[in-house]
Amino acid sequence: MREAEIRRLLAANLLCALSIVLAALVPAFFVDGFSVLGTHLTWLCVCSVCVATLNIILHLVLKPSQSPKRSSFAHKISRFLKCCIYFFMSCILFHAIIVLYGAPLIESVTETFLFAVLLSTFTTLQCLCLLGPNIQAWIRVFSKNGAMSIWESSLQITSVCSILGAWFGAFPIPLDWDRPWQVWPISCSLGATFGYMAGLIIAPLWIHWNRKQLTYKSR
Amino acid sequence: GRRVVFMGDDTWEGLFPKKFFRSYFFPSFNVKDLHTVDDGILQHLYPTVDSGEWDVLIAHFLGVDHCGHKHGPDHPEMAKKLTQMNEMLRSLVDHLGNDTLLLVAGDHGMTETGDHGGDSEKEVNAALFVYSRTPLFGSGPPEEPETIPQVNLVPTMALLLGVPIPYSNIGEVMAELFSGDGDAVSAALQQLSVYHINAKQVDRFLQSYSLVAQDLPAEQLQHLRELFSSAVEEHTQLLAQVQGTTGLPRELESRLGSLIGRFQRYLREARAVCTQSWARFHPLRMAGGCILIASSCLLCYTVSELAASSHSFCRSCLLYPLPWVLVGALLGLAHVFTQKGLDLLLVSSWAAAASQLGFFWHWWGRHPKRARLAGSQPPLASGGLRQRLRAWLGLAFPMGILLFRCGAMFSDSFVVAEARVAPFLLASLVMLLVGKLHWDGRLTVPESPKQQLLGFSSYRREIWYLLCLVAMLLVCVRLSSFFHQCREEIPQCRPSVFLSPLASLRNTRAKNLFYLLCVALLAGLVYAVQSWLRHYGNLNSSDPLVLFVRWGFPLVVLCIACYWAVASSADDSLGKLQELVQVAVVVFPRAVYGLASVGLLLLLCNPLTVFAKDTRESAGSIVTPYLGVPSSEVDFLHVIPQIYKRMQESQRSRLERGSCRATVAAYGLGSVYSAALVIALTLLGFLLMLLHSERLSFAFLLLFVEAFVLLHIHTCARGLAGDAEPFSVPWYAVISWLLAASQFFYSTGHQPIFPAIHWNAAFVGFHLDHSTNLLPAVLVGANTFASHILFAVGCPLLLLWPFVCEMSNSQRKKPKKESREELQEVEERMMEMRLRESPEKFSTALLRLGLKYLFVLGAQLLACVCAAMILRRHLMVWKVFAPKFLFESLGFVVSSICLLLGISLVMRVDCAVSTWFSQLRLR
Repeated sequence: MREAEIRRLLAANLLCALSIVLAALVPAFFVDGFSVLGTHLTWLCVCSVCVATLNIILHLVLKPSQSPKRSSFAHKISRFLKCCIYFFMSCILFHAIIVLYGAPLIESVTETFLFAVLLSTFTTLQCLCLLGPNIQAWIRVFSKNGAMSIWESSLQITSVCSILGAWFGAFPIPLDWDRPWQVWPISCSLGATFGYMAGLIIAPLWIHWNRKQLTYKSR
Repeated sequence: GRRVVFMGDDTWEGLFPKKFFRSYFFPSFNVKDLHTVDDGILQHLYPTVDSGEWDVLIAHFLGVDHCGHKHGPDHPEMAKKLTQMNEMLRSLVDHLGNDTLLLVAGDHGMTETGDHGGDSEKEVNAALFVYSRTPLFGSGPPEEPETIPQVNLVPTMALLLGVPIPYSNIGEVMAELFSGDGDAVSAALQQLSVYHINAKQVDRFLQSYSLVAQDLPAEQLQHLRELFSSAVEEHTQLLAQVQGTTGLPRELESRLGSLIGRFQRYLREARAVCTQSWARFHPLRMAGGCILIASSCLLCYTVSELAASSHSFCRSCLLYPLPWVLVGALLGLAHVFTQKGLDLLLVSSWAAAASQLGFFWHWWGRHPKRARLAGSQPPLASGGLRQRLRAWLGLAFPMGILLFRCGAMFSDSFVVAEARVAPFLLASLVMLLVGKLHWDGRLTVPESPKQQLLGFSSYRREIWYLLCLVAMLLVCVRLSSFFHQCREEIPQCRPSVFLSPLASLRNTRAKNLFYLLCVALLAGLVYAVQSWLRHYGNLNSSDPLVLFVRWGFPLVVLCIACYWAVASSADDSLGKLQELVQVAVVVFPRAVYGLASVGLLLLLCNPLTVFAKDTRESAGSIVTPYLGVPSSEVDFLHVIPQIYKRMQESQRSRLERGSCRATVAAYGLGSVYSAALVIALTLLGFLLMLLHSERLSFAFLLLFVEAFVLLHIHTCARGLAGDAEPFSVPWYAVISWLLAASQFFYSTGHQPIFPAIHWNAAFVGFHLDHSTNLLPAVLVGANTFASHILFAVGCPLLLLWPFVCEMSNSQRKKPKKESREELQEVEERMMEMRLRESPEKFSTALLRLGLKYLFVLGAQLLACVCAAMILRRHLMVWKVFAPKFLFESLGFVVSSICLLLGISLVMRVDCAVSTWFSQLRLR
């Protein structure tokens, strides 16, 4: 049971990673002059949309979390709306935090906001898919011994990895190498993306290696 | 008087402004731009050459250098560039007249990657090409031309142009260019005269140089001197002979040759001596210094950890090395006597090294004993190990941030961008702290079984408080970035508008608005401090200090406001009042200095801000300090009814309890220590604000707010983490405190470069006349290291603040009603008096805090020193690393002195409290 689930997790995560790679490569065939560095804004949009849709599809197909007890149509709609609002709020929150960390306030607002959207897709959207619009559950997952399934462990790892990646991505910005990827926010978004992909790959492996120690509380 | 025409790199404009007869400057900053400068020069070169309106024409082509940086030496672009240069030379040669000398020289070579600035063979060697239409060399050109030092160009050019050799030249003329067109003898004579001039100039320079500076070794100077005088003597003899007789040309020629050789030898040796003593690094001393700093850091760390375990052991450890200092000093003296000359630096470093060795030896000697002791109880040891491991993990995150900070010192880009790096790291540290608290589940309410069943958990109420504080801190950090000064390395940066003084504002309305805002800010600061003190009951007594806080602070603010008004008013508008203004500009700052020093003196004499009401009747009763806020808005004037009430109460309590228990109500005893520190900090803040330009007081407001918020975050986090050890300050608090200090170094408009120093500060209160250098140095230093001073003096607050805030928490639970407190409640309100309960622990805690602070400071300094040492041949060493090192080490000295002052202030308060208690007992 556990092994099978880990395998499913691995497959899902690999799909996600693959989608990111494709998001960087495929649009070049359709859009003229598309490149990750050159047309960074487009790539940011494409990448967030890809990851978001894939995550939602995977969530619908795999159903890692148990479905809510009440499932009337109105309830579903309200849930969906709530999710949208939460996602938007998390974008705003990320934007505010990024600006407080030293991003320019007025110049390149679009870049900053799209970066915030990217970060939200890597973190908040996953939470929304897995846990629903339930802040308390989020709080529970992001604390020690809080994860209750391998999906939640994976969520922990990927979110932390993407945020760490974004944090480390800020480091090359002041260097005087004059490379095109040192421009705000390219290095940060690349860092977040690489962090996310690393998290996707690390999570199943880590869970596999620690499967003896990981004893999830039953619900 | 010569006409110098320049074309090329616009850096020259900055170096020699308005020195050129005519100039064509082209922007050179963009390394990627290979062609602008070169094409510009080519456009103007030939017409200028042909017009003949010049004596010296300098054409500085930059394309090859840029191309090397961008593409490297083996790139097709480079080939193109070099071909272009070849073409240029070829056609230039055709344009030259007969009396023109063409010198083509490179100022440096390049490495395999096309960069330069190091000292490798490939970088320091470049070609020199000399061309003239008239034959230069008497004989054919030499087969294998010798290498010529770059400094030789200066005297050669000067003499060829017929101008005196520059005073500080140590180069040697290139004799081949002076051979003229006559026979060998006349050529040799000409060369000889050139050498003579050159040697005389160098001798004169060395003479006057050795008078002011002692860094050239004496015996070598002496040797040079002899060489020179003998050569000159022979020169005069020879000249006389030549004029007298036309002896055998062959003999004369050989004598001339030998004399030229002697002059050459003299010049070369002089240059060798100079280069040796000027561009000299002492790798041994540098390494020694680094090791000393590193071991001091280690010492700070071990002692701060050691002090926690056992007090007496620590004391012996600290006292033990003292004799070793003597031994080290003797050793140093012995070392010095083997060489000559007393070097105080060497002696003191030997002493320091010996004492540290002594300490470590002693510590190591005791250490195994402890280990064995622990080994006798195996279960405890293993538990200790696990605990230690956990402690190490806990240390990892603040230390990781510190590591990043230190690592950033090794990259010139990061040093340049440090103004942004420090706030970034500070924000990260605080966010990590919150994240860690959350991860450990400290923020959530302990789950009840029912909640556990649902898998939910909810936050404590304090979390909102903490989050608000963190948000405030982040906002402060972000806002403080609006006050940055610029470095020239970041060309697109614009210095903050707040840096310029108000007087430079043209717009009168804006000026008035800013002025009013600044004054309002000062008043607000005073009000905030006073209300803080009132809240903790420190404003009730009638001691001179309290009176000073009540009336002196507004007076200081008034003086500062007047000074700003006078200083920022337009100069010419006042007309007749000019003289009055001159006086006022001097008088007001002096008044502030005077008032502030009076305040600090008062603080030292009587640092107690306690108001005691003695309601005892019999001696020998138990003292129960009454702490905290007066029950209602007790003001000084309303004290008498209070006393009456209290007397009644104590009477009643006596009757009720039937004991002889009475009370002494002491307002503000719970925050004596912090009150003294806050008063000192405010006074210092006023002084430092006075030294900065008016609008930087916003930055100071941010500084105070941020420090306040940091203290609260620290207190709050500590309350949430449920620390068992109230007497130790965690590392993250110390590191965040220091990060804030360096952040505000930049946010008060400073940069670690010399052009960014605010020299104006030296003339606040002194009108253009200083008798000594000491006072302006102090003023400018205080201006530069303002944030270091404030944060270092305020450092003990990190220890005291949690105790101060204890009360407000407990008070929220039980509003007022404090007349009759149970013993337990009194316990709860002990605040800083808890510190007095265990004086041993208190002093240890202060020591540990100071050592931790010093450790973090020392680690930063060590990183800086190591960076400057390792990268001493780096291209940016004189621009970035060396100034950074100087500023950092000065900041270290200032910080450590101020830290000592802050801690000694706390000790002084402690003494005063002790005497106060003993007086109470006596009464």
